[in-house]
Amino acid sequence: MSHVTYLKLEGKTFGFWMLLAVLAGVVAVGLGAALYMEHNGHWVTGMNNQIVWGTPHVFAVFLIVAASGALNVASIASVFGRQLYKPLSRLSGLLAVALLVGGLMVLVLDLGRPDRLTVAMTYYNFKSIFAWNIILYIGFIVVVAVYLWMMFERRFNEYSKPAGLAAFLWRLILTTGTGSIFGFLVAREAYSSALLAPMFIILSFAYGLAIFILVLMSAVAWSGRTLGDVTLNRLKNLLGVFVASVLYFVVVYHLTNLYMTGKHDVERFILLDGGVYTRMFWIGQILIGGVLPLVLLFSPLSRSRGMIVLAALLVVLGGLAQMYVTIIGGQAFPMPLFPDKIVSSSFADGVVAQYAPSLPEVLLGVGGIAIALLLTAYAIRVLPFLPQSLADADVDPHHGQG
Amino acid sequence: MNINRRQFLALGGAAAAATLAPGLRLIELAQARSPEEAAAAAHRWGLLIDANKCADGCTACVDACFTENGVTGHGRPATDAQWIRKVTLKDKQTGQVQSLPLMCQHCEHPPCVDVCPTGASFKRIDGIVLVDKHICIGCRYCMMACPYKARSFIHEDTTGQKAHAPRGKGTVESCTLCVHKVDRGDGTTACAEACRQAGHQAILFGDLKDPASEISKRLATQPSQQLRADLKLNTGIRYQGL
Repeated sequence: MSHVTYLKLEGKTFGFWMLLAVLAGVVAVGLGAALYMEHNGHWVTGMNNQIVWGTPHVFAVFLIVAASGALNVASIASVFGRQLYKPLSRLSGLLAVALLVGGLMVLVLDLGRPDRLTVAMTYYNFKSIFAWNIILYIGFIVVVAVYLWMMFERRFNEYSKPAGLAAFLWRLILTTGTGSIFGFLVAREAYSSALLAPMFIILSFAYGLAIFILVLMSAVAWSGRTLGDVTLNRLKNLLGVFVASVLYFVVVYHLTNLYMTGKHDVERFILLDGGVYTRMFWIGQILIGGVLPLVLLFSPLSRSRGMIVLAALLVVLGGLAQMYVTIIGGQAFPMPLFPDKIVSSSFADGVVAQYAPSLPEVLLGVGGIAIALLLTAYAIRVLPFLPQSLADADVDPHHGQG
Repeated sequence: MNINRRQFLALGGAAAAATLAPGLRLIELAQARSPEEAAAAAHRWGLLIDANKCADGCTACVDACFTENGVTGHGRPATDAQWIRKVTLKDKQTGQVQSLPLMCQHCEHPPCVDVCPTGASFKRIDGIVLVDKHICIGCRYCMMACPYKARSFIHEDTTGQKAHAPRGKGTVESCTLCVHKVDRGDGTTACAEACRQAGHQAILFGDLKDPASEISKRLATQPSQQLRADLKLNTGIRYQGL
């Protein structure tokens, strides 16, 4: 295929404006929830001095991880030269930026002092992985924007490969940084592992592609365009491989911990008797986010497009569950201050920390997803992000030639 | 509303510039930050806590700290701040029970300072670990990193603040080792003084770098330990009798 025609979304239908209105409404509710939490202080949330990162972080980290993964489709085309993915590159770049903006919005609005955003951008402690991430996140938006520009502007098309390579390397570093936010925490049993960085990269592959498939299928269907089986099957199989890789990493991570006697307690907590965290792990992360999608994607069920949509949705839900187990479960497990003692205090020492998500936290998190989708929907209306057709004959000139 | 591509890119460019411009000043600002001038590297302030002398059920140190620093709560234990807390330990093998006060351990290599994105968590040259309330953005990463759970987030509006211990909703705080008293030359902290007045003398304040100080003499001659010594943070708070 030598040339792809991209077209803006017509975007004049009632349905399209309704979609924008609903998304904007969800964003507004999320912003209202943030205002409520900031005005009253964080005591109105489920968070406390033991669980300091709550549901907003679950959504924010999920979105940020998914953002870097959403860029994968473009990378496969630009960096690894797979022509089939080329028509999808623009949407891939757009989603990457939109998801990151959504995640950052949630992260910033959950700060104790979101009004000090300028402080976060002007005072840097370069030993802090968090400070690196601020630079990595802003830089990612810039790098991907340049990459998109190279793809849009025909006379710059030849530069899209180096720009794509830069964006690909940047996203690898970015997700390494996100994983290391937890990996570098030596004090807590559930973290403190170099494995978290590569694991977050593989998580990003799965989360990002799942969201990409959902957005692509919706956009194509609602705009009356065609998405052929060749493209969809390729994406579907790729998602299956990523989901399997996630399971592999999760197994290795827990096996490593299980081999270390010192980590038995935290493993018992997550895998056996951690209550909501154990259920969230087995039912949410493993069953809903891993096993079921694999069955749906690799069995004859996957001939139905509805099943592919369901599988992608389950990967998203499982991903949120995985973030919940990682972020909140990791904090709930008591820190080992005095290894040989039974510890008690008025500050929840020695006991599993209590946390229940509050409504405002959830609304803020969902608002982050909504703003990402709102930006995406609006952008594909004003700029030609979507190819005119992804029909088999258009994406694969050899299609039908055996 | 119709925006053509040129306008879209121009808007995007302006937004990117507005986002990035502050970041470009970062190196200049990082270099411009001056260390506290009153503190001196000749000192390293710390505490020696003798768990054997600490009375079970006594909270004199906690009460004195909260009074001294205006640490008031709202009757909500999960979210109220605790700069210092009494911890009860029961030996898993023998059943022996002990209690001791736990607060910021004023590490030489504090994880909270390492992870703080803005540098709001900082260590004075004399070893006291503090939070700069002006540049704390309330991200709470320091609370994730602290192995001692020494820090509290201010979850709601505060009342009864002391001029020497400003507190602000949405920022993180912890034991300051009564830095205002140290700088004034009081030679003690509120907790150590209260413990002495209660007749227990379980907390001793002093200069770890002064070989003539009582704390240095006791550390040189008696066994003591750091909490989570495996992390090699070289804490300024030392314990005996554990």
